[in-house]
Amino acid sequence: MRRPWLSLMAAAAALLVSAAPALACGGLIGPNGAVNLLRTTTFAGYHDGVEHYVTAFEFAGGGGAFGSITPLPGIPTNVERGGDWTLQRLVRETDPVPEAAAFAASDDAQRLAGEAEVLLETTIDALDITILRGGGDEVGLWAKNHGFSLPPDAPEVLDFYADRSPIFMAAAFDAAAAAERGQAIGDGTPVHLTIPTDNPWVPLRILGLGKAAAETVEADVYLLTDAKPSLLPNAGAFAESDGLLLDHSAAASDALLADLRSDVGMEWIPDEAWLTKVVVDVTAGDLDFDLAIDASGAGKPSMIDAGYAPFRPNPAPGAPVALYLLLAAATVVAVPVAASRMGKAGGGRPLVGA
Amino acid sequence: MTRRSRSAIVALLLAASAIAGCAPGPQTVTLTIHYSEFDITQISVPRGVPVTFILVNEDPIDHEWLIGDDTFHDQHRTGTHAVHDEVPTEVTVPALSTARTTITFAEAGDLAYICHLPSHEAYGMVGVLTVEG
Repeated sequence: MRRPWLSLMAAAAALLVSAAPALACGGLIGPNGAVNLLRTTTFAGYHDGVEHYVTAFEFAGGGGAFGSITPLPGIPTNVERGGDWTLQRLVRETDPVPEAAAFAASDDAQRLAGEAEVLLETTIDALDITILRGGGDEVGLWAKNHGFSLPPDAPEVLDFYADRSPIFMAAAFDAAAAAERGQAIGDGTPVHLTIPTDNPWVPLRILGLGKAAAETVEADVYLLTDAKPSLLPNAGAFAESDGLLLDHSAAASDALLADLRSDVGMEWIPDEAWLTKVVVDVTAGDLDFDLAIDASGAGKPSMIDAGYAPFRPNPAPGAPVALYLLLAAATVVAVPVAASRMGKAGGGRPLVGA
Repeated sequence: MTRRSRSAIVALLLAASAIAGCAPGPQTVTLTIHYSEFDITQISVPRGVPVTFILVNEDPIDHEWLIGDDTFHDQHRTGTHAVHDEVPTEVTVPALSTARTTITFAEAGDLAYICHLPSHEAYGMVGVLTVEG
């Protein structure tokens, strides 16, 4: 198989939340602090040094507002509404039985002291999306000041990511607004981010945000690369104890690539690629790592990207540089927008990991 | 220094004056919250002496420091107060800030201090303060 380019597709979890607005790609924390993450689906493609990240935020009914914070490997050059069937087509490819904008310049004058810098803002359907740059404290403070109710593990988790990449995506989802727009239960809002970067990386730890240690995290991660990628943990030979399963690894079919290419914004899909699907099924307490991917063919996924080694701000000359491609999963924060502050019984935006 | 060793030192320092028979003066305890954990989870203080608690929140999220007996905490677990700023035993510590409160404990015994924001107690934000008789 000729593999002239490298394409990475990461699909992370589809979030289905009962009796509540749902966000794809992450853990959902309701107004009472409970986490209602079921499953998320996300697609990330990597081609010519550019990451294309598609995830969906699904409306599952209910009221209130929810949000998400997603760590990103770099600053997106574009955030737009994603294609209509990309995620569903990927699921169909790997499952025998199918289951069913332009950026506005940010106003730095609005930035409060200590908050993360707002790089980009846009609205897609009922989602208000903000790209942030800052450390864990800065991003956390921005989220707090914008109504997100971050769970108690958020400070450590935000630092975990910010030490490696200070770019995050915050998405606020107003279920009431979605209902007013006529969105029916089950309707999803796909979001497509274009992120120049050097190597893929899929955040997994963020999926456990706000969950008790014994709770299960489930997600599907799809990767589309030029060649068979090297992965860490376990680089393609996952042990059951890792909670990761290499569910699919094969050359992508021409039919799949053609279908993906025909979706909105997916014309970048190359002629040949390798499709990998990793299933995440692990307790939150054991999910203390991310998925590092070496899509270059060198066979050396980064220990830093996987969260196994501390970040080194100034790597020695010649040392492999950790690059974060996409984060398929994020921090989803359920955010009751109306509440100015989280009360004991809830209020504030619940946090969801995407 | 480990949390356990810090706890022991705090207990020794605060109890020393009482044990020595001196009239203990005002006491000060500094509690730091980082990654939603109290850095000290065992504190001993003398009865009848004002103790000032300096509560340092290093996290970008709000926390609480509520101290009392079991009945007190049962009430707060289901309470709806968004902010505590009027009672010395009930303190809200906003993100990345420091709060102070001074309490004189009239009775000997054990009390718990807990953050009752959603999920914070379950996450481990619990400590015990012993009032020495």
